[in-house]
Amino acid sequence: MALLIATKVRHHFGGLCAINDFNLELHQGELMGIIGPNGAGKTTVFNLITGVYRASEGSIRLRESELVGMTPHQITARRIARTFQNIRLFRDLSVLDNVRIAQYSKTRYSPLEALLHLGRFRREEQRIIEHSRDLLAIFKLEHLAGETARNLPYGSQRRLEIARALATGPELLLLDEPAAGMNPAEIDQLMDFIRWIREQFQLTILLIEHQMQLVMGICERIKVLDFGETLAEGTPEAIRNDPWVIKAYLGADAVG
Amino acid sequence: MRATLGVFWDRLMEQRWLLPLLVAVGLALAFAIPQFRLVNNYVQLVMILAGINIILATSLNLVNGYMGEFSLAHAGFMAVGAYTSVLLTLHVFPVAAYPGLFHLAVLAGGLVTALLGLLVAIPSFKVRGDYLAIITLAFLMIVKSALENIDVIGGPRGISGIPRLTTLPLVFCWTVALVWLLRNFVYSSFGRGVLAIREDEIASELMSVDTKRVKVLAFMLSAFCAGIAGALFAHLLQFISPRVFDIVKTTEILIMVYLGGIASIGGSIIGATLYTILLEVLRPSTVAGLLSWLPAVVFDPLNEHFIRHLGVLRMIIMPLLLVLVMLYWPHGIMGMRDFRGIIPLRDRLAHRTATPRGATGHGAADSH
Repeated sequence: MALLIATKVRHHFGGLCAINDFNLELHQGELMGIIGPNGAGKTTVFNLITGVYRASEGSIRLRESELVGMTPHQITARRIARTFQNIRLFRDLSVLDNVRIAQYSKTRYSPLEALLHLGRFRREEQRIIEHSRDLLAIFKLEHLAGETARNLPYGSQRRLEIARALATGPELLLLDEPAAGMNPAEIDQLMDFIRWIREQFQLTILLIEHQMQLVMGICERIKVLDFGETLAEGTPEAIRNDPWVIKAYLGADAVG
Repeated sequence: MRATLGVFWDRLMEQRWLLPLLVAVGLALAFAIPQFRLVNNYVQLVMILAGINIILATSLNLVNGYMGEFSLAHAGFMAVGAYTSVLLTLHVFPVAAYPGLFHLAVLAGGLVTALLGLLVAIPSFKVRGDYLAIITLAFLMIVKSALENIDVIGGPRGISGIPRLTTLPLVFCWTVALVWLLRNFVYSSFGRGVLAIREDEIASELMSVDTKRVKVLAFMLSAFCAGIAGALFAHLLQFISPRVFDIVKTTEILIMVYLGGIASIGGSIIGATLYTILLEVLRPSTVAGLLSWLPAVVFDPLNEHFIRHLGVLRMIIMPLLLVLVMLYWPHGIMGMRDFRGIIPLRDRLAHRTATPRGATGHGAADSH
């Protein structure tokens, strides 16, 4: 069953056409990658799906609901979460608060209950704290709960960003260059990690990546973008052998 | 010795009864002071002013500190609360017969102001930073000129003959209640949403925070408090005019907030108290009294050229203080930290790490 369907999505910034005739069909439980050179429009696709930009034309549907026109928080509440290419944590807040904030839409108490710290408030707050600490424990960050996010080492910040995204309770996770700044050994670990969270949280994952090792290693399907257009789509083997892709993106060296 | 004291202090701070006890003692004092004339009227007045200033500073801190905006509208909100309550006590409620109705007037002042807070929140959906500051400044000026041009409420002459209904126990109760509400809001998912907006608005939205709703709530709560403070202020001064609530008043509240430290309730309490005292100390008579031990050779010229003009000089010293604090001490006394007693125990425990000793130290929401 298709979880996310994008049809004929077009987006332009002023006169510049960033995305043209973009189609995507993402099935539940799938792990798909988007590759393409810098400026190909990969992150724009994420921004369109999550509502940061509003598509100029076309439709993006999650199951039955149309996402175009929704605000980002509405889309996140419909269980789509993402990370960012350049880590965008709440840097001056604690590790715990980063994860707690992401549970905003799942918090069930009214402003009045919040003002008086009464009614559902105590129960909900306790639940949020417990869930947050569980998540942090899974990501081996529990001992840093009280630490300010900016003080964490780079790798931990990357992990925290994924933990924060998962705290929103997604079924579709969008990862924007998760391997940025990692060495080959770390990328191997990351691949295992992505497979593991997919299993553990029953996720559908769409990821953007430059690292061929990671994309070819874990993605079941790959989509190649260039200048906002789809160059090719298929299994890693098919992409590796696609003449267009080799010419435009992978370069002659990548053959064989 | 120091270590034992430290442990004792830590233990003391952990006690759940500490804060309720302090409030109870404060309440008892607030009632006892006017009853038994424990201090003279002047000191009492300063205490009341300190209470009102604490309300103003903590509530402005919600928008300017926690949310990271720069609102200049606070004196305008005060004015709305003041005028609303005064019109009620003078013309609508028979306050002379039923003094209890005054509380209703104060509450009404706060509620009407909260509605105006909603109005100011709307532009904050679109603009941030400097531009929002300009819009809030415009709001302040609109309120002031509107009041100046409505003759029924005295126009530029203002309203005099307001009954003095603001008392020390009343201000104490309002201060505690409003600070408590603000603290509860800050330590809720809405308050965390406010902090997230300051950090990164787009990331907050993408992490499911309904930023518009959070902004509306924060502006309305902040305005509500300012309205209450304005109502209490009017029934203390017994005279209000549009000029009382101009940009100078806003500047004063800004000084209290930034001196005390942004995103800190304890900081705002300290900042407001310090500022109130400082303002009183800088009066010509007080300074002259404090320096009267100096030999006449030194004192007389000092008095001639400086002390006598303090009334005017204060207007230079205070804004200068704001500039200096923002430039060289952007975190103020307690920026981004708070007293342990103010942070709910639940939050403190949740931030505690597995390390057994010295674990409470460095978290953003943790404290000294």
